[in-house]
Amino acid sequence: GLFIWRLRNTGVRQIPYRFVNLYHIANDRLISFQYFNFLKRMYVTQYNKDLSQRAKPKSDSAVSPFHELQQLDQEKKVVHKISPVSPVHQSWSETLVRNEWREMKSAAETEDSVIPVGAGSKEDRQWKEMKLRLDDLPGVLARLSKIKLTALVVSTASAGFAMAPVPFELTRFLLASFGTGLASCAANSINQFFEVPFDSNMNRTKNRPLVRGQISPLLAVCFAASCGVPGIALLTLGVNPLTGALGAFNIFLYTCCYTPLKRMSIANTWVGAVVGAIPPIMGWTAATGSLDAGALLLGGILYSWQFPHFNALSWGLREDYSRGGYCMMSVTHPGLCRRVALRHCLALIGLSAVAPVLDITTWTFPVISLPINLYISYLGFQFYRDADRSSSRKLFFCSLWHLPMLLLVMFTCKKSVLEKEDKGDLPGRSRERAMEIRLP
Amino acid sequence: PPAHSHSDWIGPPDKHSNLRPVIFYVPPEESALERRLREARQEAQASNQRFWARHNRAFRQEKEEFIYSRLKAKGLEMRDESGQKATLNAEEMADFYKDFLSKNLKKHLQYNRDWYKHNFRITFLMGQVALVRALRWLRRRKKNVEQ
Repeated sequence: GLFIWRLRNTGVRQIPYRFVNLYHIANDRLISFQYFNFLKRMYVTQYNKDLSQRAKPKSDSAVSPFHELQQLDQEKKVVHKISPVSPVHQSWSETLVRNEWREMKSAAETEDSVIPVGAGSKEDRQWKEMKLRLDDLPGVLARLSKIKLTALVVSTASAGFAMAPVPFELTRFLLASFGTGLASCAANSINQFFEVPFDSNMNRTKNRPLVRGQISPLLAVCFAASCGVPGIALLTLGVNPLTGALGAFNIFLYTCCYTPLKRMSIANTWVGAVVGAIPPIMGWTAATGSLDAGALLLGGILYSWQFPHFNALSWGLREDYSRGGYCMMSVTHPGLCRRVALRHCLALIGLSAVAPVLDITTWTFPVISLPINLYISYLGFQFYRDADRSSSRKLFFCSLWHLPMLLLVMFTCKKSVLEKEDKGDLPGRSRERAMEIRLP
Repeated sequence: PPAHSHSDWIGPPDKHSNLRPVIFYVPPEESALERRLREARQEAQASNQRFWARHNRAFRQEKEEFIYSRLKAKGLEMRDESGQKATLNAEEMADFYKDFLSKNLKKHLQYNRDWYKHNFRITFLMGQVALVRALRWLRRRKKNVEQ
């Protein structure tokens, strides 16, 4: 239900409805900066970091020129409204709020439940009762725990587990995946708990549950604890202590290092890359129980992948980051931002080549993965050279399919546990044989 | 919010601060602890509102000034022949974003500290209130069972 709701929300059906809103807005006297932000959000939601939300570049480009024009008109109107404001701005905004409240009062009485589909702007403008409804709870918790990102994290952990050179154990795999998922939910919830006023001010994150008051901070923390503690316990006791320790460390790194660092220094990006690299290491250690070179290589691949992915994403969000006070390379050191993205695209090629050396995959892996690695490096180079929105978007969207494809190719080229492959085997045959042996 | 409501109501995002204002419900028999919680939330709300309204306003103003000065340097007017507002592209704006971020860094660090303090205090008080309410409910149930 949740996924269908998300799809419908970002579907093309939304766009005509919002164009109607645009005309309304242009004629409205009280042109709120919020409507402007809302329009921008529709454009910016395509930048969602989640893997499963495949953005539609076509509809994006059709809408954006129109957006730009409307945004400018509204911005100008807003600016002219603001300049004659007296120093007593706080009371003014309060009266404004009270006026809006009076307008919405009648609407609020009839409308106090969340509309799952469409009417995003109407929902935004209404007063809502801050009471938790049990049927809303799953949806709210899913958004609180960033369930799609969690799913991506769990899949990278599963990839780590699958790549480990040990016989596959299903129960262990399920425990590790579930534990990692719980840990990720906990970390994401705490992150949202810390970032409420900042999330309110950024278009990408304006509709998170804590920002909208759909859940109280206390409940968010309790949820995080009730996910984190069992998750780590599951990993430590059900899998092995090393995985549990890595999970706990990752939660700590994400919530207590990365989240505050985002507003202090650009080093946050590197810390964030480590956070992304740990889940596959956790998967590997869950399978083998030890931290060997293969785990570190997988972690390294994911670490390098984070840079083109995030740097490209952050290129389009510079205004929001600047206003929100986030220290990101794209704002403060744009040259470095692009250099680092390119550097890590190239590093991916190198890391893929190291895989057969460490006996994780056959030599076919660097060969087969070369085209996609070269392609992302090419886009990385274009981003480095052109430094514009289109190249950043191309790089970002490429990174979304590049990673799953790379992991898939890696898995199919995995060196089998029981039989040593001859170097002269054809790629197809070796893959087939490897698959046969892997089936329980 | 309707007069008979017994819960807090949260409104649409504020024009300037983008924060959603909350109107707090004051129960007739509000305990001292609950009052402290409500006041903490109100204080945090006011402080956040002040900060972000001022900050966002400054951002918009400085952005306008930047665009104006850059356009002037280029010899262009704010509006071209068709009446459309002239803008700078993203790369030119990047200088402004970088500048604005570094200028406001200290302000943000201070705000961060304040926000984290508020957040933890409010959540802790919420926890206390929830605990007290739960104990009260349990005691009432015990009394009902005994009767």
